[in-house]
Amino acid sequence: MQHVSPIREPLVTGGKTYHDITEDVCRQVEAKPNVRWMAAFAVALVGLAIFIYSVYRTLWYGIGEWGLNKTVGWAWDITNFVWWVGIGHAGTLISAILLLFRQKWRTSINRAAEAMTIFAVICAAMFPVLHMGRPWLAYWVLPLPNTFGSLWVNFNSPLLWDVFAISTYFSVSLVFWYIGLIPDFATIRDRATGPIARRAYSALSMGWTGSAKAWSRYETVSLILAGVATPLVLSVHTIVSMDFATSVIPGWHTTIFPPYFVAGAIFSGFAMVLTLMIITRKTFKLEDYITLEHVESMNKVIILTGSIVGVAYTTEFFIAWYSGVAYEQYAFINRATGPYWWAYWAMMTCNVITPQLFWFRSIRRSLTATFIISIFVNIGMWFERFVIIVTSLHRDYLPSSWVMFSPSWIDIGVYVGTIGLFFTLFLLFCKFFPVVNMAEVKSILKSSSAVRHTHADTMHSTDKGLNTNTQHNNE
Amino acid sequence: MNKKFVLGIYDDEDVLLHAIENVRAAGTKIYDVFSPYPVHGIDDVLGIKRSRLPIVAFFGGLTGMSFALWMQIWMLGFDWPMIIGGKPHIALPAFIPVTFELTVLFAAFSMVITFFIVSKLKPSFKVNVFDKRSTDDKFVMAIEVKDGVTDMNALNNLLRTNGAIEVNEKEVVK
Repeated sequence: MQHVSPIREPLVTGGKTYHDITEDVCRQVEAKPNVRWMAAFAVALVGLAIFIYSVYRTLWYGIGEWGLNKTVGWAWDITNFVWWVGIGHAGTLISAILLLFRQKWRTSINRAAEAMTIFAVICAAMFPVLHMGRPWLAYWVLPLPNTFGSLWVNFNSPLLWDVFAISTYFSVSLVFWYIGLIPDFATIRDRATGPIARRAYSALSMGWTGSAKAWSRYETVSLILAGVATPLVLSVHTIVSMDFATSVIPGWHTTIFPPYFVAGAIFSGFAMVLTLMIITRKTFKLEDYITLEHVESMNKVIILTGSIVGVAYTTEFFIAWYSGVAYEQYAFINRATGPYWWAYWAMMTCNVITPQLFWFRSIRRSLTATFIISIFVNIGMWFERFVIIVTSLHRDYLPSSWVMFSPSWIDIGVYVGTIGLFFTLFLLFCKFFPVVNMAEVKSILKSSSAVRHTHADTMHSTDKGLNTNTQHNNE
Repeated sequence: MNKKFVLGIYDDEDVLLHAIENVRAAGTKIYDVFSPYPVHGIDDVLGIKRSRLPIVAFFGGLTGMSFALWMQIWMLGFDWPMIIGGKPHIALPAFIPVTFELTVLFAAFSMVITFFIVSKLKPSFKVNVFDKRSTDDKFVMAIEVKDGVTDMNALNNLLRTNGAIEVNEKEVVK
């Protein structure tokens, strides 16, 4: 049932049929969770417990529980916020931008990557909300008339733009993800044997039948959502970067920030997708759907975005020198050689040097190497945000205000806790939702169209003449 | 009133597309076709018109943009003007990010809500699926049967000669 091209590697290996795809993906949802899943979930719940305890301490005793001081007012919280938002961007990139570019390899990874986006944005949103100190007043960020008069929110502030950007991004991503899930929920519904599963997936599938008109509308909706999600994802990290770029802090006040942040976001997001996918394909035996070809394609995106980030670091340094502004120059010299030199060089090593190893095909196609490098990139991108935020703040204009920042246990707890929260959500997703988009993978299994069919026989014979490996068999 | 349908079951999208063309050419009206994934080219052979959902999205986006601009200009320019950072009260460049986000939000949600309404998608516990295999690996062509009008044998033959692997009858209680 598969057409094997002599030039490109197949996106689905193992000679799968449509029914095999349904079986392979639904098996995780229908079977009892395996021991590996239970073990991972137990660890994730420990992380969640750490999160709940740290949030309780933050809320009960206040922001004083964190390591912030008068000079360094933003540190781990905003670092973690930007880190998580950035990770989320890969999901939208895979599902929206690659859809517009008609990259068919996205189909087997888009579902899990979008889930990652949603959970990462949830984790990210925790930090600004907690940083408010009084999160029960979080609704003050909405344009509501102030209780003491009609004073409105400040629409000139990038922090307010963030509110609109992140909430729009979250809701549009959620809707995009859900629309893609509906046909797959219908598949699970029609296979379900237990009454609870049948009812739950019936409700989730919204009465989907797969009628031709519904599919036609589904495709239109997906395309338009991809079209609006693409500028949206770029706008989100642009606005996040403006939180820094519109200030007058040396090291933040640079026009390079929006493209540099967007590239960094995609870079870190792809690393996280790789980390998750390498584990998921192994745990759920999805090696035929998430192949080395997929890993290699993602690694190529990592080289590209990693190199853009590398160029951005260099440009920043050059412009600091070229601007002739003493404060700007000091901020950058201090980053590389000051008390936080280790954070700067950790960032440079992890983000600029390690991804360059992917120029070697053998490394690009090695799962172990990819997994290790993806972890390095995740760490490096965390340090990038830490370097930008803390090193720019800790040397204030007055030397009397110069301080160092050290995180408290609660700072560490909230950060580690969000990783626990993320994995709790992700593992629940893996258990109850189809991790691979069955409908879309089925649609690429046999590339065909009305036009193509009429030429199929002639094409087939030419193919055969060129390459003996060519197969065009039905079942 | 009960409705009766004849279901032609197919297991290949190319065979299905040809069958649709031939069945329609034979003058038989197809009620609907159900497939496990979007079959490319099916819109043309079934005569499905292009969806007008993008128009909904466009006007949704236009509404979002106008609303966002009106909101910011009215709130900061007229209702409670304040000087912020030495900028004019109506600082349009600073209003662009929020305007953009609300444009996207309104475009996406107006289109998706319309999609749910026109496709009659709503959470329900009871779903009428003609053949459950159509969400797995089979393509189902449904043709409505009118008692005394439809020639069942001819229809059966038409579907089978066009590659149907099975032809079933199904009654749907309305």
